[in-house]
Amino acid sequence: MKLGLASTTVMIAALSATTLSADTLRLLTWGGYAPEDVIAMFEAETGHTVEVTTSNNEEMIAKLRATNGGGFDLAQPSQDRIAGAQEEFGIYKPIDMSRIDAAQFIPSMLAATAANSTYEGEVYGLPHVWGTSGLVVNTAEAPQVTDYTDLCDDSVAGSVSYRLKRPTLIGFGYSMGLDPFAAYADIDAYQAILDEVEAALIACKPNVKTYWDGGDEIKNLLRSGEVVAAMAWDTGGWQLNADNADITFVAPEAGALGWIDTFVLPARGRADDAAYDWINFVMRPEIASMITNAAGNFTAAVNGDVDVSADLKARYQASFDQAAIDNIKWYPPVPAGLEALEGAALDRINASN
Amino acid sequence: MTDKSKLGFYLLLMPLLLWLITLIILPHIGLFMVSISEKIGVRQYETGLGNYAVFFNEPLYWRTFARTAFMSIFTTVLTLVLGFPVAYYIAKLTRGRTKTTLFLMCLIPFWVSELVRTFGWMILLRETGVLSNFLQYTGVIGGPVEFLYNDGAIMVGLVYTSILFMIVPLVTTLDSLDDSLIEAGYDLGGSGYSIMREIVIPHAMPGIVSGCIVVFMLSLGNYLTPILLGGKDSLWFTGLIYTQFITRFNWELGSAFGFLLLALSSTIVFLGLKLSRQSLSDTMGR
Repeated sequence: MKLGLASTTVMIAALSATTLSADTLRLLTWGGYAPEDVIAMFEAETGHTVEVTTSNNEEMIAKLRATNGGGFDLAQPSQDRIAGAQEEFGIYKPIDMSRIDAAQFIPSMLAATAANSTYEGEVYGLPHVWGTSGLVVNTAEAPQVTDYTDLCDDSVAGSVSYRLKRPTLIGFGYSMGLDPFAAYADIDAYQAILDEVEAALIACKPNVKTYWDGGDEIKNLLRSGEVVAAMAWDTGGWQLNADNADITFVAPEAGALGWIDTFVLPARGRADDAAYDWINFVMRPEIASMITNAAGNFTAAVNGDVDVSADLKARYQASFDQAAIDNIKWYPPVPAGLEALEGAALDRINASN
Repeated sequence: MTDKSKLGFYLLLMPLLLWLITLIILPHIGLFMVSISEKIGVRQYETGLGNYAVFFNEPLYWRTFARTAFMSIFTTVLTLVLGFPVAYYIAKLTRGRTKTTLFLMCLIPFWVSELVRTFGWMILLRETGVLSNFLQYTGVIGGPVEFLYNDGAIMVGLVYTSILFMIVPLVTTLDSLDDSLIEAGYDLGGSGYSIMREIVIPHAMPGIVSGCIVVFMLSLGNYLTPILLGGKDSLWFTGLIYTQFITRFNWELGSAFGFLLLALSSTIVFLGLKLSRQSLSDTMGR
């Protein structure tokens, strides 16, 4: 009992000591971006503790909106969802560039993300992980699928899948010879594109097995062979490729859609010190490699591929030659209000028979 | 009343009042305020009923509501048809231990979460799933068949998740029916059918109605089962509310939908009570 009391006292003393110098970092991120081993190394080095909540773009913004930017200290939405969300809801606070080790970031990505996430002269986002959406195809069953609209081909009827979300609208738009990103600023032109894509997706609906929702769901459908071609993320395709050599990610002819997930500071975050520590920590080349190995996507860290497994590099190179990389369509910032138009179109597609 | 018993009365009332005010009344007032603010620009709102007008002007939304309501009513009927014989058997034809065991077996599936139960149905019904493989093995069908992602799958899931809430009130009311009444019916020359119609069902009516109300509300407000089992045909009103709130960032329209769901489902329950000539205090108060 005496020993118990003593150890408890020591523990309480230790706990109160750490709370003086360290914070709890409440991180709102995607699955795979904060692997256990990285968190353990970070906690050992800085004394901060990390609490991870995994989510997606829409839920991140919805969560922060519900609390006016509270409840989390660091979030990771995609770079196109920062300026618009800040304009509408004011849920982020500006990044203090002097606290960032900018040399750890690939300069072109840092500059591009800063430009896209600037609102009223302040920068709100730093690049972290990037990747693409395109096609994941079982090349033994459906080698003819090389572009988004090929998913509507009769030869793959009943065994394709895609999400009922905005990337699908945009991917199909490009595949149909339209240019949705160029029309972002012009509501009427964008609505015209949406109308065309909506008609195509309604016509395509009988071909679809189901609209997938989560990364695990689409991997499951492809692995079981129930789905032979899908619009999905590159990393899912490469993970499946490890189990089944026939399935892999294919960069569509119309161009893969490129996204960059970022670091942003929620407006009412309480542990900015820990947040900056985390950013500078995970952008180190060896840590960035660990995250790439866990998440399957490459990072914006200089030399971030130093320890990345040779298999993953090979898969990436097999999916992307230089022409395919040059053809990636990077998401520009979404103007506020555009989602309402897309939402109405998606609702109508969902309701059609 | 003495001061002391007054104090006791208010103390006992406190949890109920706290529950009602903080968890039901206040959130609804907040939701209502959101639902009557129309968005006219970035960070600009004005008060009006525009969000409610959207529901009635866009056929998609009220059709989805009608579809949800009809499927929920159908689920309720199906649950009653399946649940009544089960409840009758448990309440009237078994005794003692058998009765407890059977009742417990109805409860057991509800010890796991709804999500797990729904995934169980997905494993059974999917193209590479148990049912499809079994039928191929026995030679009934030639190739794999997809049972998932249609309205039938949604119905199966909804009936399965809500049947317990039909069986429990039915067993309770049937239990309270004196067996001698049924015997008297036979002594007076009644047939099985006429006894069921004249004695058992009238007696069980409060149980039937309260079971139906609970099952209907559960189905109407269900989110997981229709979305997971329905796949691309999973249009369900709660799903619309979710997308308005989460993926469209349109809380104003989502709140209006929430209120419309509350109002319309209350209307349907009210009509159901009127049609069956029951009152809410009769069915719920027993």
